[in-house]
Amino acid sequence: MIGVGFVYLVAGAFFAACALMGIADRRWANALFHGLLALSFVAGDRIGDLGNGVLVLVLVATATSGRMRRGGPAEDASPRGPLLALTLVVPAAALGGTLIFQRVPALVDPRQATLLALTVGVLLALALCHLLLRPAPLDGVRAGRRLLDEIGWAAVMPQLLASLGAVFAAAGVGEVVGRLTAHAIPDGSVLGAVIVYAVGMALFTVVMGNAFAAFPVMAAAVGIPLLVRQHGGDPAPVAAIGMLAGFCGTLLTPMAANFNIVPAALLELRDRHGVIRAQAATAVPLLLFNIVLLWWVVR
Amino acid sequence: MLVLAGVAVIALGFLLRFNPLLVIVVAALVTGLAAGLDPVAILARFGHAFNEARYVTAIYMVLPVIGLLERAGLQARVRSLVVGLRGLTVGRLLAGYLLFRQVSAALGLNAIGGPAQTVRPLVAPMAEAAAARQGAIDLDQVRALAAATDNVGLFFGEDIFIAIGSILLMKGVLDGFGIHVEPFHMSVWAIPTALAAFLIHGLRLWLLDRRLARTVR
Repeated sequence: MIGVGFVYLVAGAFFAACALMGIADRRWANALFHGLLALSFVAGDRIGDLGNGVLVLVLVATATSGRMRRGGPAEDASPRGPLLALTLVVPAAALGGTLIFQRVPALVDPRQATLLALTVGVLLALALCHLLLRPAPLDGVRAGRRLLDEIGWAAVMPQLLASLGAVFAAAGVGEVVGRLTAHAIPDGSVLGAVIVYAVGMALFTVVMGNAFAAFPVMAAAVGIPLLVRQHGGDPAPVAAIGMLAGFCGTLLTPMAANFNIVPAALLELRDRHGVIRAQAATAVPLLLFNIVLLWWVVR
Repeated sequence: MLVLAGVAVIALGFLLRFNPLLVIVVAALVTGLAAGLDPVAILARFGHAFNEARYVTAIYMVLPVIGLLERAGLQARVRSLVVGLRGLTVGRLLAGYLLFRQVSAALGLNAIGGPAQTVRPLVAPMAEAAAARQGAIDLDQVRALAAATDNVGLFFGEDIFIAIGSILLMKGVLDGFGIHVEPFHMSVWAIPTALAAFLIHGLRLWLLDRRLARTVR
């Protein structure tokens, strides 16, 4: 069965090519960074938990050494070839592939259908680009490496945050925060409980970078015991609107790096927090809306 | 209480603008120590979680495709496309993309968009070209708004789809309390907020168009 291993192999091959090219260019820190990523993707399952831990430490040391260089200047060519159609290959393959792969569970791991479809789309798009645009053989890797170097160390931040979440979970951070917030509610107030629940979801998400980590804690601390059991609220809207209040927090935090920090790097914004700034004026009114809606549902 | 020291490290580290990667590693160490784990166990746990979360970083394999297309002149092609569409403003363009992203996410098609898949190659250059025609000066802000629109559309569309991770998580948590709720019932309750997100973000985009129109006159 084709699973996520295939995805990691393709991504690993790209990182390895970047590393080799970096050695050839004598960009040592960048080459080491890409090489470690390649090692993680190709052999991560074989080097053990401690080996992976050491790998992360070296990766972070490389990234924070200040020796990694940015990508070179972009070349703005005059357009040639069916570029817009080629741009749509990856999204279209991701869409079509997901739908098809979910139907052949014997052949493809259905839980990984989207990632696999994306990978197939990338390979297909690369092949079509080479057929139709006729670049030099290594141009794709070179151009991709430039973009990866523009993103720089921020590239691994989402993955590191996910790992931090696992340590937080093991240490029981969530339970402590839940107990603290439950103390903050005035007795018998529906509005007070709604505000603590929704704002707690948003704030917890700001700290953890992920509403998924916040939900079990806030549901156990406030949502279920107070809003559902004590005030008789319908559990479906209590859960759904609570999660969406958490998503408002996701719009506001650098801890949600894959949504807020990586795009800022990818779009080469001057301000690392530019995407968050652009989202704040939507997130805050929307959080208020969620509070009012939930209060109206429960009361 | 002591385990919250890691949260404090995160908050302080970001406020004092230390390198975020360093802050994350120190926060993990502090949290683990506060919970009574020994450093080697913390490192192993961190390494294990890092290995399990590789799918987050796998998305960068699309960069060679974007790089090749941009080398062949994609940005210029997108700009000339926008020049051909007379009535297109940055506000209308992004509102249209917001609607598309919300509807496709509500159908479970999350991977169809994203910062690397659609924003960098298509949406951001189109928005820049439209905004420049309207007399916008700070194109950095327009690119940021394009990425923001992608996030808003995804977050406040995906929960309408019943098989998305967050709905399944909520069902699992509620089941744990002996409360049984159909996923469909929860996904219906994502619709009011999805409409509110479209109205609030759409209003901001409309105001942006109006502000640009005023500065030109």
